[in-house]
Amino acid sequence: MNRVLSTLDRPVWIAFALTLAILCIGTVYTLTTTGTAPLLQPGYLLQQLQIGAFLGLCAMGMMLVILLGEIDLSLPWTLTAAAMVATAIGGPLAIPAALAVGLVVGLLNGFGVSVLRVPSMIFTLGMDTVLRGLMVAQTGGYAPQDQATPIMLWLAKGRVLGLPVALVLWVLLSIGMVFLLNRTVFGRALYAIGSKERAAYLSGIRTRRVVVAAFVLSSLCAAMAGVLLAGYSAKAYQGMGNAFLMPAIAAVVLGGTNILGGQGRYSGTLAGVILIVLLNSVLSIMQMPEAWRQIIYGLVIIGMLLIYRR
Amino acid sequence: MILWLRRNPGLAGILVLFAGLYLIYHMLHPRGFTSAVLIQNANESVAIAFVAMAQTVPVLARGLDLSVGAVMTLTGCIASVLVSGTPLEILGGMALTLIAGAAFGLINGLIVVQGRIPPIMATLASGAIAIGLALLIRPQPGGEVDGDLGWALTNSVWDFCDTYGLAQGGAAWWVRPFADLPVPLILLFGTACLVWLPFKRTLTGRTVYAVGSAEAAALASGLPVRRAQLSAYLLAGFFAGCAGLYLAIQTSTGNADTVQAGAYTLNSIAAVVLGGTALMGGRGGVIASILGAFVLRVISFYFRILDIDPLLQPLIEGLVLLLAVSAGAFAAFNVRNRLELMR
Repeated sequence: MNRVLSTLDRPVWIAFALTLAILCIGTVYTLTTTGTAPLLQPGYLLQQLQIGAFLGLCAMGMMLVILLGEIDLSLPWTLTAAAMVATAIGGPLAIPAALAVGLVVGLLNGFGVSVLRVPSMIFTLGMDTVLRGLMVAQTGGYAPQDQATPIMLWLAKGRVLGLPVALVLWVLLSIGMVFLLNRTVFGRALYAIGSKERAAYLSGIRTRRVVVAAFVLSSLCAAMAGVLLAGYSAKAYQGMGNAFLMPAIAAVVLGGTNILGGQGRYSGTLAGVILIVLLNSVLSIMQMPEAWRQIIYGLVIIGMLLIYRR
Repeated sequence: MILWLRRNPGLAGILVLFAGLYLIYHMLHPRGFTSAVLIQNANESVAIAFVAMAQTVPVLARGLDLSVGAVMTLTGCIASVLVSGTPLEILGGMALTLIAGAAFGLINGLIVVQGRIPPIMATLASGAIAIGLALLIRPQPGGEVDGDLGWALTNSVWDFCDTYGLAQGGAAWWVRPFADLPVPLILLFGTACLVWLPFKRTLTGRTVYAVGSAEAAALASGLPVRRAQLSAYLLAGFFAGCAGLYLAIQTSTGNADTVQAGAYTLNSIAAVVLGGTALMGGRGGVIASILGAFVLRVISFYFRILDIDPLLQPLIEGLVLLLAVSAGAFAAFNVRNRLELMR
């Protein structure tokens, strides 16, 4: 039992160790160049975690789908569409409207994957293209002029008890996620289907419903991230979700979740998100050119996965 | 012929779809069928067709290569540096570009096979590295690819002979029957016939299919499973290199465009699926994927002649893709035992 636990938790420890290493390297760099250590100030770290909340929400939804052994490539434009609809509708209905977008996208994705049996990689990709098409047709390809509502601004930039609201929201949803994965029938069914769908079906799990629900939750998370991001930049813009797809998948996998499904813990995904967010911020402090950023990014993912396999 | 098509239902389906779409396109085209239109269409389709070929081979072995677009971009940038100068330098530069693509594919294969990392993650990460390297080579779009070569390879056979003074400037009797054929199509199908078809018939090639159907059974039968997987990724890198080289020659520049790389990768998966290759591996082929890529392209040709609002184009492209993949799914409704659908 102890050995099982330690192998499961290994990715979490490795990810945290690497995060600390990144912080140390960044601090040494800032100390030698400017003589200050902004990376170790709580204010700076809180701000980074506030930005990390957007990626955190995306990774949360992505993890549910990856646990099934599927993938959701429609994340970028689900996020963007939700943000655009929220800012276009405005008023108190902005956030419900954004979540409704997520609900519809998730239902369609789930229908395509579980009933039509189209591979999720290709169906969600098509969904992403359709959403992009809808948004381009709607906005004319420009950034819409509508502004985010006060609630959205507060959610993304406000503070309660000195903590960023976005961070608090992320923590609350994370607690809900841990409960969902470990303490509910739905959570256990996710792992069961991801391990062996036939076995799960034969043991009486209604696999179609579970798959649809997972895709719906994934799209809802993406929609919520869109609401927050639109609040953070005060409006929605074209392609705002593009920067989130690959990091979200990477965060989930770096956290030790098996991309083939059935295995993984939420603590790992959290560690993966924090790792990626801090890696990004240290690289931008070092003013690393985009070329080296991409190379380091790729090397870190390959290196970490190689270590996990040992 | 009919027997052969019956044995390849995926290929037959996409062939009929493509032929139908392309025929109607030419009937609707204001100038009808001309060699110029064919050459233009061919030029616009070759890069995506090469990338679709690249994607097919790992998919057949139940893998995936999310770095094909990035490798295409990287090799395009390499070609924009190397392919110029004396004829010997140009030939050497082209060879080096293709070797670079194949080498990157081999590294992908080593990470997947020796490192035992799921292909989707390994190639996602190596794709980021490829883009980084491309940006290092070409921080800004640019480059000097030989102009004569660009003209010769993107036009008809006659122009090719004319440019290089071959076969009496294209007037020789044995060139005439092919004189109006576009060179890009000859390059594309030439590569497929000279590289893929022989490879498919080797032991390694058969093993690629065997690994896709049942890896454990292939291993137990003593087939060279690792060699097959390695060569699948190597071929993917090589074909992606062909796409990059062609794109660089066509545009005479190299451009480390991240968005373009991503779009090519995603379209390659779409082309593979349209061509009837199973994402679970073991069934399908490279030629069908080329036709799948052509179908994707023909759809965009329609936008031009039908005068469709450019703002609606992404929406229609997406809907066509969704409908096409869902149409293949109706088999799911005829299955008696639902367990057959599950893994």
